[in-house]
Amino acid sequence: MRLSDRARDLPESGIRKFFELAEARDDVISLGVGEPDFSAPWAARTAAIDSLERGKTSYTSNRGMAALRERIAAHHERYDQPYDPTDEVLVTTGASEAVDLALRALVDPGDTVAVHEPTYISYGPGIELAGGERLTVPTLAADDFVLTREQLEASGAADADLLVLCYPNNPTGATMSDEAFAEVAAFCRDNDLRVIADEIYAALTYGTDHASIATQPGMRERTVVINGFSKAYAMTGLRLGYALGPTDAIDAMNRIHQYTMLSAPTTPQYAAIEALDSCDDEVAEMVGEYNRRRRLVVSRFNEMGLDTFEPGGAFYAFPNCGGDDEAFAEELLEAQGVAVVPGSVFGAGGEGHLRVSYATSMRELKEATDRIATFVADRE
Amino acid sequence: MDAEREVLDVLARNAREDIDDIAAQTGLDADAVAEAIATLEANHVVHGYQAVVDWDRVDEGKIRAVAEINVELDRETGYDQVADRIAKFPAVDALHLVSGDYDFAVEVLGETMQDVSRFISEQVAPMPEVTQTVTHYIMETYKDGGVRFEDGDDDDRLSVSP
Repeated sequence: MRLSDRARDLPESGIRKFFELAEARDDVISLGVGEPDFSAPWAARTAAIDSLERGKTSYTSNRGMAALRERIAAHHERYDQPYDPTDEVLVTTGASEAVDLALRALVDPGDTVAVHEPTYISYGPGIELAGGERLTVPTLAADDFVLTREQLEASGAADADLLVLCYPNNPTGATMSDEAFAEVAAFCRDNDLRVIADEIYAALTYGTDHASIATQPGMRERTVVINGFSKAYAMTGLRLGYALGPTDAIDAMNRIHQYTMLSAPTTPQYAAIEALDSCDDEVAEMVGEYNRRRRLVVSRFNEMGLDTFEPGGAFYAFPNCGGDDEAFAEELLEAQGVAVVPGSVFGAGGEGHLRVSYATSMRELKEATDRIATFVADRE
Repeated sequence: MDAEREVLDVLARNAREDIDDIAAQTGLDADAVAEAIATLEANHVVHGYQAVVDWDRVDEGKIRAVAEINVELDRETGYDQVADRIAKFPAVDALHLVSGDYDFAVEVLGETMQDVSRFISEQVAPMPEVTQTVTHYIMETYKDGGVRFEDGDDDDRLSVSP
């Protein structure tokens, strides 16, 4: 069949190759997984089951169930993010749909969209599908992968129309402080940039509270915040996310959403209501466990001589492997059966690093880091 | 969170973690972990370290029962005195004073059903304070010590995902 140029030009994700290499073996310990190893809290799962038993299988309102939007708005007060549940919240099919909608609602053909890298792999293709031009803003290991005004200026982002942010960051685990966001916010105000802030890992921060650019002066009206239930509530497969933003942006996103998705899936919306009502303790438990694993993994990598900065969020560490990250990852998989993702897959600045997910049991993390230590020692 | 609490959180999940691994997980140094463990033990916060055993999977397994025990107290004898006497029997695995229809919930461990019933009828029931016992034999254990007894779910996540 003849395909559109758009589809033909869309490159295969760089992560695909490692997926295939890892899947080809059955003795692999994978530190390459970008989702929680926990299951959704049982209370949330039973709420989903109950809703099915009660026959709740119809569409919901385009924007999502009112009861859910109210809870989402109330939940975000903890991040100092006040949004009106009636017209500033849109429930979507995963945060991924929210990113796509935001790009389509905010980008005109030919607009320049700045994205810091290394980062999650979907923004670039999403920008291209929306007709925008991607402008890469590298973040630096020397800055612990925090986005700085200098990097924005050096990359020419002053001429961009939009900035996509992802903090806490996948793949680096980097977080931004309010002070760091203040600089970026000033840059955005000075250069009239709007912002899409993907904060899907907001609940997974360690030792510090989540900070958001949307709370900076003058930023709320130029920012769409994206979040969801996948990471915090271990609900990746239930596909439920949402966007928070000024009425005009949410309206525009909802208009696209009502033609392309109609409404987010109903069953997960019931699970999400219960998750927000009663699962804070379980989230705190998961965060506690991630935090212990994070410290163990970071200390083990540093002990084996792979420099690793202390990531403040998400469930990734980003050790420096001191050379060709793709070769390192391939040889490690071959020699020791441990899968990690080469940092270069995530764009500029990721080369020479590995994304190591610690969303894996402590036992497996110990075994995997032992094997990596052996691999590193054998290589020297 | 203080050091002892952080160490306790690790031990409560896996008491076999070695000191270096606890140090790595908590961000404390090894000496501080050892000190926290010593304090927890000295203060009787931690009374011991045991395996979570599924006795049904052991060839010469054990029989477990929960006995409800009612007692009548008098001026000289309180719950603590009765508890002390019951707890001294090695067959008593756990002993709790509970609210509700009866006073003590006693978890009894024995080699056979006869062992357990003999223990209740010959040792516990005759105690002067005990007015009634009801014994429930445990037929199947699904979860104990916070651990679900199952073969473990396979991790069905994609091995590499973005």
